[in-house]
Amino acid sequence: MLGKLGWSVIPFDQPIPLFVGAVVLVVILGVIAWVIVAGHFPYLWREWITSVDHKRIGVMYTLLAMVMLLRGFSDAIMMRAQQAIAYHSNGYLPPEHFNQIFSAHGTIMIFFVGMPFVIGLMNLVVPLQLGVRDVAFPTLNSVGFWLTATGALLVNISLVVGEFARTGWLPYPPLSELTYSPGVGVDYYLWSLEISGVGTLVAGINLVTTVLKLRTKGMTYLRMPMFCWTTLASNLLIVAAFPILTATLAMLILDRNFGFHFFTNEAGGNVMMFMNLIWAWGHPEVYILVLPAFGIFSEVVSTFSCKPLFGYRSMVLATMAICLISFMVWLHHFFTMGAGPDVNAIFGIASMIIAVPTGVKIYNWLFTMYGGRIRFATPMMWSIGFMVTFIIGGLTGVLVAVPPADFLLHNSLFLVAHFHNVIIGGVLFGAFAGYNYWFPKAFGFRLHEGLGKAAFWFWLSGFYFAFMPLYALGFLGMTRRMQHYDVAQWRPWLIAAAFGAILILIGIIFQVAQLVVSIRRRAELRDRTGDPWDGRSLEWATASPPPAFNFAISPNVTGVDAYWAIKAHAKQQDLEKREPDYADIEMPRNSPTGFVCAFFATVMGFALIWHIWWMVAVGGVGAFATFVAFAWRDHDEYVIPAAEVARIDRAIIAERRALLGLAGSP
Amino acid sequence: MGWKRIATGYGFWIFILSDMVMFSAFFATYAVLLGQTAGGPSGRELFDLRNVAIETAFLLASSFTCGLASIAADTRSTIWFQLGLAVTCVFGLGFLTIEGREFASLVARGAGPTRSAFLSAFFTLVGCHGLHVSAGILWLLTMMAQVFAKGFRPDILRRILCFALFWHALDIIWIAVFTVVYLIGSAA
Repeated sequence: MLGKLGWSVIPFDQPIPLFVGAVVLVVILGVIAWVIVAGHFPYLWREWITSVDHKRIGVMYTLLAMVMLLRGFSDAIMMRAQQAIAYHSNGYLPPEHFNQIFSAHGTIMIFFVGMPFVIGLMNLVVPLQLGVRDVAFPTLNSVGFWLTATGALLVNISLVVGEFARTGWLPYPPLSELTYSPGVGVDYYLWSLEISGVGTLVAGINLVTTVLKLRTKGMTYLRMPMFCWTTLASNLLIVAAFPILTATLAMLILDRNFGFHFFTNEAGGNVMMFMNLIWAWGHPEVYILVLPAFGIFSEVVSTFSCKPLFGYRSMVLATMAICLISFMVWLHHFFTMGAGPDVNAIFGIASMIIAVPTGVKIYNWLFTMYGGRIRFATPMMWSIGFMVTFIIGGLTGVLVAVPPADFLLHNSLFLVAHFHNVIIGGVLFGAFAGYNYWFPKAFGFRLHEGLGKAAFWFWLSGFYFAFMPLYALGFLGMTRRMQHYDVAQWRPWLIAAAFGAILILIGIIFQVAQLVVSIRRRAELRDRTGDPWDGRSLEWATASPPPAFNFAISPNVTGVDAYWAIKAHAKQQDLEKREPDYADIEMPRNSPTGFVCAFFATVMGFALIWHIWWMVAVGGVGAFATFVAFAWRDHDEYVIPAAEVARIDRAIIAERRALLGLAGSP
Repeated sequence: MGWKRIATGYGFWIFILSDMVMFSAFFATYAVLLGQTAGGPSGRELFDLRNVAIETAFLLASSFTCGLASIAADTRSTIWFQLGLAVTCVFGLGFLTIEGREFASLVARGAGPTRSAFLSAFFTLVGCHGLHVSAGILWLLTMMAQVFAKGFRPDILRRILCFALFWHALDIIWIAVFTVVYLIGSAA
C-alpha cells in the first residue's frame, strides 16, 4: 500500500537532520498558519501563487533561490566545520551523513540556487528590456516555476523521510547503481531533477521564444541589451542540453528500478557512457549559469560607468561563441578516465579556446569602465569583485585544462577551489549584483546601500579565506569529499577555510539584514522615478514596480541603450508632451494550473521514489486533468480599459517629467 | 492574434528540437551498446523486418491522415477533422499494438531489457518513441473532445497546429529508428 515507506525511514537515530527537519517543519507550518490567520492567503493565491505575470514569477524564482541558498550554505558550513575538526578524529558527522551533505550541497547549489536565481532575473528583466508586456507563454512560465519548486521540495523532504544520495552532486555509476546505493537517496536525486528539469526546459523554451519573437518596434537583434543576448545564449543551451540530462537520468532510473544494464558492471553496461552523457549536459550547464551573470555585469558596468558598453558587437560574438564551444569541451571533466592522449589533447585545446571569448568579455568590461564616471554602488561592487575573482578562477581553469596537470589535480581540492571560484565569483556575484540592481525595479524601493556593501565585503573576503586555502590543499594532495584525515599539514589550511565560511555567514546575515531593514525603511528608499540608477535600457523606462502591462505604449527603439536615447531626446527637444493614444490592453488571466500541476508532480515524484504505484497513477492523472481543465477554460485574457491605462501612465509620466526637469504637464 | 500563432508554433518547434536532442542521447547510447549483447541474442536474431514494415506503413499513413485533419481544421470542417483524427488514432493504436506484441514476444523469448545492455538500449529507444506515440494519442483524443465541445477556437487551432507538428516529428524519429535500429541491426 505504501511501497517502501514505513516508520523506519525517519532517521530517529540521527539527531542533526531530525532536529533541522523539525525546525524547518515548524517554521513552514508557522508561516502557513500566520498567512491563513492573518488573512493573507487570498491575496497570496490571487496575486502570487496563480500569477502568470513574468515579474511576479521572476520574483518567486529568486526568492526560492535565496531560501535554498540558506539550505545549501548550511550544508557548506557543516562540511567546513567537520573538516576543520576531523584531524585524527571522526569529527561530529558520521561518514554516511557527511556524504549526503556534500551531495545535497552541490545538487541544491546548482539546481535550486544557481538555476532559479538566473532564471528568476531573466524572467523579471528580459521582457522589460525587450519592451514587451509578457513572455511568450505566461502560463507555462508559471508551470516551469512550480515544477522547479517541486524538485526543491523533494530534495528537502529527503532530509527527514528517508535519506539523500551519498554519491556526489552527479551520481556516478556504478556507485549510484542499486547494488551499491540500495537506499532511496539516489532516487530522491533522480526524481527531483527529472521534475525540475522539465520546469527548466519549459523556462528555456519560453525565454528563447520570447527573445526571438517578441521584441518591441525597432528592437533589432543588434539593439538588444547585452543581458537579452546572454539570456538567449543561455536558454538555447538549456534547450539543447537539458534533454540530455533527462535522458541520462532516465537511464539510471531504468537501471535502478527495472534492472536495465546501461551503466552496470555486468551484462555489457558501460560506465563511461554515463560520464560522457552527464558532462555533455554538465559542461553547457556551467555556461547556462554564468552567461546570464555575464549579461548582468554588462548592464551593471555600463550603467554605473555612465558609458555605453565597450565593444558591444564583440560581446555578442563572444557570447555566441561560448554558446557553441561549450558543447565541445565536456571531456575535460574526466581526462584521467582513459580517453588517451589524442582525445585529451583535442579537448584540452578546446577548453583553452573557450577562455578566449571569456577574456574578450573581461577586457570589454574593463574598457567600459576606462574613462567612465564610475559610481561605486553595491551592484558595481559585486561586478568589480567578480572581475578580480573570476580571472583567478579562469586562470586555474586553464591550468586544469592542461591534461598532464589535470592528472595531478583531478578530484583534488584544487578542483573544488576552481569551480567554486568561477561559480561563486561568477554566477553568485552576478546574481547578487542583479538582485541589488533590479530590486528597486521589482518592488519600487532600493536596497540599503551600507548593509549591501558590508555584505559584499564579508562575502568577498570570506570567499578568499574559504577557497584560496583549498588551492593549496590541492597541491598538498588532499582529495575532495574527505570525512576525516590524518595529515597534519592540511589542518591549518582547513581551519582557515572554516574561518572563511564564517565570514561568508556574516555576509549572508548582512544580506538578510539588508532585506529586512530595506523593507522597514521602504518609504525613504522609495524609487519614484522608475529609474534609480540613471539606467540605459528599457526596463527603466517604466515605473517601479511596473504596472501589470509593463508599458502603456509599446516603446519604439532606435538604437542600442534605448532608454538612454529616449531620455537624451526628451531633454533636448522637450518632447513627451504630446499625450499618446491609449488603447485597451489584453493581458493573460491568472491560472492555478502551474501550482496544481506541481502539486500532482510532487505527489507523483514522492510516490515514484517510494514505489507507491497507485499514488503514481493519481499524480499522473491529476496532472493531465489539470492541463485539460486549463485547455477547457473559455476566457484566457482580461482587458485593461484604455482609461485605466491612461490614468496609470499619466502618473508615471508626471514623475518622469520631474526627473528630467521638464516643466508643465501634458 | 497572428503573433500568437507564430509564437506558439515557433516555441513548439523549439520543444521538438529539444525532444530530438533527447532522442539523440538514446540513439547515441544504442550505438555504443549495440555490440554489448552479453552472450544474448543480437538484433539479427530478433528483428522481424516484415513487422517493422507494417509498423512503418501504419505510422506514415497516420501522418497522412493527420495532415488531412489539419487541412480540415483550416477549412473549419468538423466532420472531416474528426474523421481524419479518428483514422490517425486507429493507425496509431495499430502501431502501438504491433510494437507491444513485438516487445511481449521478445520478453517471452528471454530477450527482455534486463538481458543485456544492447537490449536495454533497444527497449529504451524504441519504447521512448512508443511512449511518445501513446502520449500523442492521448493528446489526439483530447483535441477531438475539445473540438467537439468548443469548436475551432483560435487557441484550439494553435493546439491542433502543435499536435500536428508533434505527430509528424514522431514520424521523422521513427524513420531514424527504422534505419538505425532495424535496418542496420538486421544487417549487422
